[in-house]
Amino acid sequence: MNDRAPLALSVEDLTVAYHSKPAIWDIDLAVPEGVLMAIVGPNGAGKSTLIKAVLNLIPRAAGTVSFYGSPYEQARSLVGYVPQRGSVDWDFPTSVLDVVTMGLYGKLGWLRRPGRRERDLALFALEQVGLLDLVDRQISQLSGGQQQRTFLARALVQDAQIYFMDEPFAAVDAITERAIVNILHQLKERGKTVLVVHHDLQTVEDYFDWLTLLNVEIVASGPTAEVFTPENLKKTYGGTVSYLHDGQVLMAGD
Amino acid sequence: MKLKSMSAEDKRVWLTIAAIVLLGICFLPIGQWLFGIRYTYTVRVVALGGSILGVISGTLGCFAVLRRESLMGDALSHAALPGIAVAFLLAGRDLGLLLIGAGIASWIALRFIAALLATTRLKQDAAMGIVLASWFAGGIALLAYIQSIPDASQAGLDQFIFGQAAAIIESDVLLISGVGAAVLLALALFWKEFKLVTFDGEFAGANGFQVGLINTLLSTLIVIAIVLGLQLAGVILMVGMLIAPGIAARQWTQKLNHMVILAAVFGAFAGGVGAVISAIDADIPTGPMIIVVAFSLVLASMALAPGRGLLWSSWRRRLDSRRFARQNALRDLYRYALSHGSPGTPVPDAFIRGIGDRSAALGLAQLLSSGLVETRGDSWQLTRSGIEAARRDAHSLRLWDLYRLHADDLGLPLLAEDRHLDIRDVLPAAAVGQLEAMTGQRPN
Repeated sequence: MNDRAPLALSVEDLTVAYHSKPAIWDIDLAVPEGVLMAIVGPNGAGKSTLIKAVLNLIPRAAGTVSFYGSPYEQARSLVGYVPQRGSVDWDFPTSVLDVVTMGLYGKLGWLRRPGRRERDLALFALEQVGLLDLVDRQISQLSGGQQQRTFLARALVQDAQIYFMDEPFAAVDAITERAIVNILHQLKERGKTVLVVHHDLQTVEDYFDWLTLLNVEIVASGPTAEVFTPENLKKTYGGTVSYLHDGQVLMAGD
Repeated sequence: MKLKSMSAEDKRVWLTIAAIVLLGICFLPIGQWLFGIRYTYTVRVVALGGSILGVISGTLGCFAVLRRESLMGDALSHAALPGIAVAFLLAGRDLGLLLIGAGIASWIALRFIAALLATTRLKQDAAMGIVLASWFAGGIALLAYIQSIPDASQAGLDQFIFGQAAAIIESDVLLISGVGAAVLLALALFWKEFKLVTFDGEFAGANGFQVGLINTLLSTLIVIAIVLGLQLAGVILMVGMLIAPGIAARQWTQKLNHMVILAAVFGAFAGGVGAVISAIDADIPTGPMIIVVAFSLVLASMALAPGRGLLWSSWRRRLDSRRFARQNALRDLYRYALSHGSPGTPVPDAFIRGIGDRSAALGLAQLLSSGLVETRGDSWQLTRSGIEAARRDAHSLRLWDLYRLHADDLGLPLLAEDRHLDIRDVLPAAAVGQLEAMTGQRPN
């Protein structure tokens, strides 16, 4: 695309290994500002690992990562994160509003407590994801989709420049899927960059304008229109995927 | 409505706190009357010490419970024993120094477990098991050695195994209070960080928090709480004093701050009452007594607490099955009647009972008593109000269907699809109006 557009994320030679076996291997990635990018690949392709390694949450065997030209340590406030829903204990004694407010703890810094301003910001984010009527709900009483939207609201209050979302569409209801898509578009309109680990090939073309196909190594990365081709998908998934004429994709054996 | 129900929970929490405080106060005369406890100076000191320790361990114990590190608490308290023995060998019998030794041993055990997890493929339970057993064995061996030294003032070191309240003196209480106050202050200062890291460490890390440092700080506070309680509860049972108040408190509330306050009150009650009971006779060890009291609180909470308690949830299950039985029976009657003519058509008993026997009987009985249905010989017939209620229900379901189809195009507010509720109770009237308008466009 446009080479002069600033890079929101630049990754070079990134490798993560578990017991000498690479989970992701020699990843080079250049993500321009303002794209909605899907990271797609088969199970075990290292999609979540890629996000976590980029965010410094797991040790890297090799490689460098920069956000808007700065290393992670200096770019933390630019980064928003939506972890996998299953990564926390939803029986934790806290409310929806409280979880969303946690997105502001980083900006508050040590020792300062959230106040009215933080509460208002959190309520605004909850309104955007359609959870305003559940602000005081205990989080163990949420449905899967509501949990996901709570996490999304927590990321929205971070007011980041570049968002990383780990499987936000996994096992959610139609309303939540719609809410997430709305939010993605809003974020794009505001010039944010969003990277989403995604598993549903059917919706890739509808939801995302940028695509990275991953299977331990990068298979292809670029505008969805160029990257989402039968050959590339075959290279990513092996022979198990077939491409239908109307743009629909089916997994063999479905 | 939501606000009211939340404050009801808050009220319950404060009521429970008040009840426990009252119970604690009432225990004093009851204990005197029933057990002949004389509140001598020693007993008062012991009771005060027990309560203060209960507050500290109950408070920090909440985090051990929420981090699923209850057994870590057990490993760390067992691991304190060699520290106590070494401190005694080096410096003699001074409680402050003994506890510092205990703390150092526990803390090394903590780091050792972390190192095992980081460098080997051991799982947490195995790593804790190794450390618990080896540290404790070392401690027992050292105690045996100390007892073999002639002339040593070793009397009472083995009290640290099961705990002995009678040994506590006023200066010990002062020491415990001072250190405990510092621990609680640290907890208050880093409350936000502890909460975040306990709930979602990954997010905290991505947010720039130094998760490792915060975790270490929190674990260190837990170690201090454990060590302070050793003299009273002993290394073997200290874990009970640590986690029982938190477990009991969790049953009563859905808020972390309330849970911690409640755990502090429960801890104070268990520590104080347990210590006083054990002071009746020098042969009653304090640790087990405190644990008995603490787990009575756990049992009572699990049985009685609203929301999570056993009584409560079985009651709610009953209410649910009644409600759904009624709803289903009404729907079945209405559908059968409609498909056989009009809503007023009698429905054969055999049909309606054939659907869901017990549940159908339960539903029919409710419909009958609220006058929505009448018996006609061997059949059931919806009354006028019954037909109305069934129509309302069917209409709500149709609106829900339309909501799923058209909420997007109409830009309606996002809702959880709780189709068992009447949509007119959950969706704003304007939005319902939009959906109603659509019902006219399609036949029935």
